[in-house]
Amino acid sequence: MSASSTIPLAPATSIGANSFWRRALRHRSFVLGTVLCLLVLGAALLSLVWTPWSAYDIDVLSKLKPPSASHWLGTDVFGRDIVSLLLVGARATILVGIIAVGIGLSFGVSLGLTAAARRGWTEELIMRMSDFTFAFPAVLSAIMLAAVFGPGMVTSITAIGIFQIPVFVRVVRGSAGAIWAREFVLAARACGKGRFRITVEHVLPNVMSVLIVQATIQFALAILAEAALSYLGLGTQPPTPSWGRMLNEAQSLLFQAPMLAVYPGMAIAIAVLGLNLLGDGLRDLLDPRLSRER
Amino acid sequence: MSKSNDTPLIAVEGLGISLNTSRGRAQAVREVSFALRRGETLGLVGESGCGKSITALALMGLLPDSAIVSGSVRLDGGELVGLTEPDYCRLRGNRISMIFQEPMTALNPMHTIGRQVAEPLRRHKKLSAAEARREAIALLDRVGLPDAAKRVDAYPHQLSGGQRQRVTIAMALACQPDVLIADEPTTALDVTIQRQILDLIADLVEERGMAMILISHDLGVIAENVQRMMVMYGGTVVERGTTAQVFSRMGHPYTQGLFRARPRLGAGKGTRLTTIAGTVPELADLPKGCTFADRCSFVIERCRAALPVAIDVGGDHRVRCIRTDVSMAGAVAEAGA
Amino acid sequence: MNDAAHMPEVPLLKVKDLVRRYKLPRESLLRAPGEVLALNGVSVRVMAGRSLGVVGESGSGKSTFARLVMALERPTSGSVLLSGRDLNAMPADELRCARRDFQMVFQDPYGSLDPRQTIARIVAEPLTALGKLDRASLRERVAGVLRQVGLRDADIDKYPHEFSGGQRQRIAIARALITQPKLIVADEPVSALDVSVQAQVLNLLQDLQEQFGLSYILISHDLAVVDYLCDEVVVMYLGRIVEQGTPADLFARCAHPYTRALLDAVPRAKAGAVRPRREIFATASQSAASSGCPYAPRCPLADQHCRDVPPRLREIGANHLAACHKAEAVMALPLPAAEAGSALVPDRHGA
Repeated sequence: MSASSTIPLAPATSIGANSFWRRALRHRSFVLGTVLCLLVLGAALLSLVWTPWSAYDIDVLSKLKPPSASHWLGTDVFGRDIVSLLLVGARATILVGIIAVGIGLSFGVSLGLTAAARRGWTEELIMRMSDFTFAFPAVLSAIMLAAVFGPGMVTSITAIGIFQIPVFVRVVRGSAGAIWAREFVLAARACGKGRFRITVEHVLPNVMSVLIVQATIQFALAILAEAALSYLGLGTQPPTPSWGRMLNEAQSLLFQAPMLAVYPGMAIAIAVLGLNLLGDGLRDLLDPRLSRER
Repeated sequence: MSKSNDTPLIAVEGLGISLNTSRGRAQAVREVSFALRRGETLGLVGESGCGKSITALALMGLLPDSAIVSGSVRLDGGELVGLTEPDYCRLRGNRISMIFQEPMTALNPMHTIGRQVAEPLRRHKKLSAAEARREAIALLDRVGLPDAAKRVDAYPHQLSGGQRQRVTIAMALACQPDVLIADEPTTALDVTIQRQILDLIADLVEERGMAMILISHDLGVIAENVQRMMVMYGGTVVERGTTAQVFSRMGHPYTQGLFRARPRLGAGKGTRLTTIAGTVPELADLPKGCTFADRCSFVIERCRAALPVAIDVGGDHRVRCIRTDVSMAGAVAEAGA
Repeated sequence: MNDAAHMPEVPLLKVKDLVRRYKLPRESLLRAPGEVLALNGVSVRVMAGRSLGVVGESGSGKSTFARLVMALERPTSGSVLLSGRDLNAMPADELRCARRDFQMVFQDPYGSLDPRQTIARIVAEPLTALGKLDRASLRERVAGVLRQVGLRDADIDKYPHEFSGGQRQRIAIARALITQPKLIVADEPVSALDVSVQAQVLNLLQDLQEQFGLSYILISHDLAVVDYLCDEVVVMYLGRIVEQGTPADLFARCAHPYTRALLDAVPRAKAGAVRPRREIFATASQSAASSGCPYAPRCPLADQHCRDVPPRLREIGANHLAACHKAEAVMALPLPAAEAGSALVPDRHGA
């Protein structure tokens, strides 16, 4: 396709932190994605210290009010301030995202690295187990968990987290496998280093960029999953605000107050869009540069 | 197709290429000119970064979009610089073809070799599938692939490196091009296979009256396979002439350095290899004036003032150096083996 | 530096009847998978301070040989003895300690250094594999060895991509030197480098050998490279040694048709180099089990006896062995065209 890979371009100078940030700040997707993510993060953090109104106060007299000076986006069917609900709802969203992706990362990466390092039966076992988990319908298992342990944030985090694991196992095992075939790993073996040390010192740092990109993608998916579960009533339980449940509550009032569905919907969209753009940007900034860096 | 034998088949005049590197724009190739008639062979020799591959890609119109090409490239009178992509596609594989260094990556692992050899035939000559297949088998046989009729449906990974390179040669020659560019066609192959492949290319070039440009970093390959040669360094042609002329009397300090640095059979353990001081500079760091100035042992102030003009040192042998009086003085026969 | 008088009795490296088979991936559920015989009985001996060149093309088994000598793989049969100790019979810990005595330099200067680590970590790796040393002494030793290979102390915290191919290869050599090994196995150390850089690295290898009394096992497809650094050369073909001797013996009196073919095939850089035509020979495959000489299908001198009886490696001159029934006939053939001076290149003033 492009002939640029055969042209011996001058090798780039220092790819240290400075030049990374310079390139990053010029990359549109990265910048936009970061801004949107920071917006959501900012909302969550802000809600810890201040919200215009309490997100829990029910004031039936002020229900379904349109946007005004005191309620910037209006109120919902229980008279709760929409802005406050969105701000506090951001917390649940981010929390679920972080913990679920955290579960996926820690188990998925360890299993994936082990599979790539050990090959043979261990690899087979790990890959088949992750195939099995993949194949299992996620919502079904969330419902089953909810039936056993009761619905709530913990259940939804667990369910979503478990389904993050196979994704990371696959991605890591693939990239790690390619690293194991590289000559610098052979050189490390020739020094006498064992598989564990090689995995930690050589393989892991080299799959980091792939991991980071995948993590942002999975974060976006986790947010969507949480919203879906909350919508179904299996996720965050009342009175804790949640964007997904806001959608559910707005559903029955779609003709009376359509904007009640739009606000949480847009919030979810902004979070997911931001993470996807961030992931795109990171992928451009981290991977091809490094592989072309000769 | 048959023009008078006097007009050059391919004529390059003052070719200049500037590229976008990570450190800004840099001139990758400067003032390259040559002309080839039917049946003539030219070798481009130099190390990595000298611009030989980029020159070849420029002739094929395969440079990245950000490259800026100046000068003129005429194929049978028609100007190639500035040609639109669709027009260029009609020429590639048809009038001008290229063979690359790595046969495994030059072939699509998902298609049979028969299909890949037939592809240019179907595209340019508009042959039917059956006709193209017959032609492909004939070509594979001509390039020395054993059992061509049976192997035509094989996949690239089922062939050895040398066999794959034969397939890429068959592909390149399928439409009887006028000009063949071979970019390090044997570097990735074993030395005994190398011989066979170079012989094959030479035979085919002679048989079909093509013009050939052979690119290599190996002086030996150039000495044995082409009639004329150009030595490139830092994007400029520093020495040119017939192979016999250049190898009899090397004029440019870089050519001399390159020749001396070559390990030679029979020299024995303990001989020191003469090296060229310094390293090849990055494109953005090329010195003003003579590109070799920073590494040359004959350098004087005037060398850095401007790019030296090519000086005629005998016959058609030209050297781009203002110190040829010193570099070619006291010519001593280099004791070989 | 031929101190033949001081030759120790125990060879530094002794390889005996090394055989390595690889199983090919299964092509059908019913038939057993095929096998590749990468090494088919190789025996060599390297004395301390001397260097061995291993020449061969793809499929000759030279890379497999390198990996077996470095104990990166276990042989199917045969033994590798370093200073008398069997590398494959040692417990893992002892082997790890023994590795300080033998190190490897790889072919690809771009792939053999971890792009994510600084030069300091890369070069120190053989030391960190052996045990704990504090940071300061590690850095000191790294700086020392970098100086020895011609790099500056200031380069110690840089990353591989900041260096050129030749410099990276020097870094790889520095990594191989840091444990002060007795043996360095270099697998095509200069093939990926430009000619002028190649010359610099070869000179460096020569200097290091003189300075530290190192032994090299230099693997290359390029006979000229091997000639510069090695006291003894073995030529490998399809997993076997077909000729063995000093470089002078091989180049002036080669006794095997394959060695001769290799010498003939090297392109000569001289004026008026006429290319005699060669016949196209079929290439043999490694998995083909053949009786008789493995080179017979390609050999212009082969007869029925060659095809029936495999030749054994036999002595045909002082320290010169060849595995060919017709060795004497090959030795009598005229020399392959030398690259003798027809290039008039004036004497250099200075460097």
